[in-house]
Amino acid sequence: MTTVLESLNSALHTALETDPRVYVLGEDILDPYGGAFKITRGLSTRFPERVLTTPISEAAIMGICNGMALRGLRPVAEVMFGDFVTLMADQLINHAAKFRWMYNDQVRVPLVLRLPMGGRRGYGPTHSQSLEKHLLGAPGLKAVAPNSLGSPADLLLAAIADDDPVLFVEHKLLYTRPLLEEKDLLDWKVSDSGGAYPTFTLRTSNIEASHLTIATYGYNFELAREAARELMYEYEIFSEIVLFSQLSPFELNPLFDSLRRTGRLLTLEEGAATLGWGAEVAARTAEQGPSEVRIRRLGARDLPIANAKSLEDAILPSVQDIIQTARILLEK
Amino acid sequence: MTTNLDLYRCMYLIRQFEERALAEFSTGKLFGTTHAYIGQEADAAALFAALGPDDVIFSNHRCHGHFLAYGGDPYRLAAELMGRATGLVGGRGGSQHIHWRNFYSNGIQGGIVPVATGIGLAEKAKASGAISVVFLGDGTLGEGALYESINIASLWQIPVLYVVENNRYAQTTPTELAVAGSMADRFKAFGIETWEAASSDVLTLLPVAREAVDHARSGGPAACILHTYRFSAHSKGDDPRDPAEIAKIRVEHDPLTIHAPRIDSVARASVEAEIDALIDDAFTRAANDPFPTLNVE
Ligand SMILES: Cc1ncc(C[n+]2csc(CCOP(=O)(O)OP(=O)(O)O)c2C)c(N)n1
Ligand SMILES: [Mg+2]
Repeated sequence: MTTVLESLNSALHTALETDPRVYVLGEDILDPYGGAFKITRGLSTRFPERVLTTPISEAAIMGICNGMALRGLRPVAEVMFGDFVTLMADQLINHAAKFRWMYNDQVRVPLVLRLPMGGRRGYGPTHSQSLEKHLLGAPGLKAVAPNSLGSPADLLLAAIADDDPVLFVEHKLLYTRPLLEEKDLLDWKVSDSGGAYPTFTLRTSNIEASHLTIATYGYNFELAREAARELMYEYEIFSEIVLFSQLSPFELNPLFDSLRRTGRLLTLEEGAATLGWGAEVAARTAEQGPSEVRIRRLGARDLPIANAKSLEDAILPSVQDIIQTARILLEK
Repeated sequence: MTTNLDLYRCMYLIRQFEERALAEFSTGKLFGTTHAYIGQEADAAALFAALGPDDVIFSNHRCHGHFLAYGGDPYRLAAELMGRATGLVGGRGGSQHIHWRNFYSNGIQGGIVPVATGIGLAEKAKASGAISVVFLGDGTLGEGALYESINIASLWQIPVLYVVENNRYAQTTPTELAVAGSMADRFKAFGIETWEAASSDVLTLLPVAREAVDHARSGGPAACILHTYRFSAHSKGDDPRDPAEIAKIRVEHDPLTIHAPRIDSVARASVEAEIDALIDDAFTRAANDPFPTLNVE
């Protein structure tokens, strides 16, 4: 059994091993600590020259990665909590995202920023957010998110091999999750769009006409599966799940294929729903997708994320929220 | 006038609160995380003895000691840590995001520094006579917003006191890996009057704190670099330091054992008993308080 954490850690080992241009930068990433979430464990022992622990200087970390990338290295930065990406926003939006196009495609900025996002650990308003939505619309930045179905290691290696800046959005609760095996997916028929950042489509086994499509990414795939199970057994509502690895730029054909079968879309994310990932998916579905799709978006409420569990649970989308929203979508 | 017993009471209160908070994690009553102030109590005791009742405090992730020295209620803080409706901010903030009267804290390193500088400017504009105080750790010297702020504070002569508590580590990173050059020179380079002390003795720190506070109150920015030690882990259990190193600093630099012999033992025992009861009451009462509910729509 491999966990998402082990998978990501192995990818960093592989990248440092196979490509001398790869550097890893971040706060508190040296052994024996190996980073706040242990994704960088073992790296500094094996590659002390290319694993650089930094002062608490997020803007400089990102800017230094920009410079390294511009001059041919392949830096992989870790921000300790994804919440602190706001301190890096200028370097991401006004520098990393701009250079290639602004310099008339004469340069490349091959860097990866790893972002541990997400709540449900009682860390409170500044350490629990899913802020990726604020960066998804920045032209020039790619965003991808690992999940328990595809290989997080392959996804991270693809991001490192990418010539453009890639935000690698990890959910903290995903780290300890095991990668799914065949026995975990008996209810499902899985297909894969291929490519470096694949989209997966999960269809209920032996069911031709499902009732709705849940579009999601990252950790929320875990909630989506749980909700789909309950919808099937308790309500005889059959779901397809379209699981995105690439959040931006948007590539929606696998989703549209699913919507042609179901006609109902539920988007699910942990960030606040307003102006979020799901909003763009919904808008593009309305503009370019099959006609007459009913749509509901589900995300966090438009509030900061509280520390108290009772409040945090009420603010973030839950399995019950998915079920309830799915049932609303199916009302006549 | 602050007495030796007052200073001891303050430091003992912080110590007992933090020990209890750490212990409550194993009972499951606390969740999330916490950053204990154990070992640094003399900093807060000295500074808050020098500050006035209207001064405005911005604290960081390691805020419990500052809050209790400010005069905050241990029960309301305990309730906040346990995510109860009766907590300082109704359970919304938790350990590092609290507010009461003129006391604020936030969990973003460095981000609070320009805010505190703006608070100083507001107090100056209102001619309130209050100063602004902001706490930062050695590691937070890495954040660029600090230098933008101290430049402006000096240019505009803002009554703000920057307190750097150098506990020699930022999480797991020793200062040697994170802070180049001199801490004090960073402030001096901007023309900011700077005090420095390396002691866990509250009586050594008190005059330093008074001078720095008085300077800020006279109108200009001031900095105070306090070299200290953190005895417990950074947060809950993340401490890769050598246990022998921690044991040694605990013996040599404990602000409580340094100060205790100056106080009559009977008076001390009675203060300790009083605070033990206070802390126990705070955590017991908080644990029985209701959880907050979300009121929306
Ligand atoms: C902008 C930002 N970056 C990183 C962190 C994570 N973090 C919390 S405390 C801490 C170490 C702070 O060290 P220091 O400033 O020395 O204060 P100490 O914990 O030693 O009191 C780090 C890296 C954060 N809260 N905010
Ligand atoms: Mg420190």
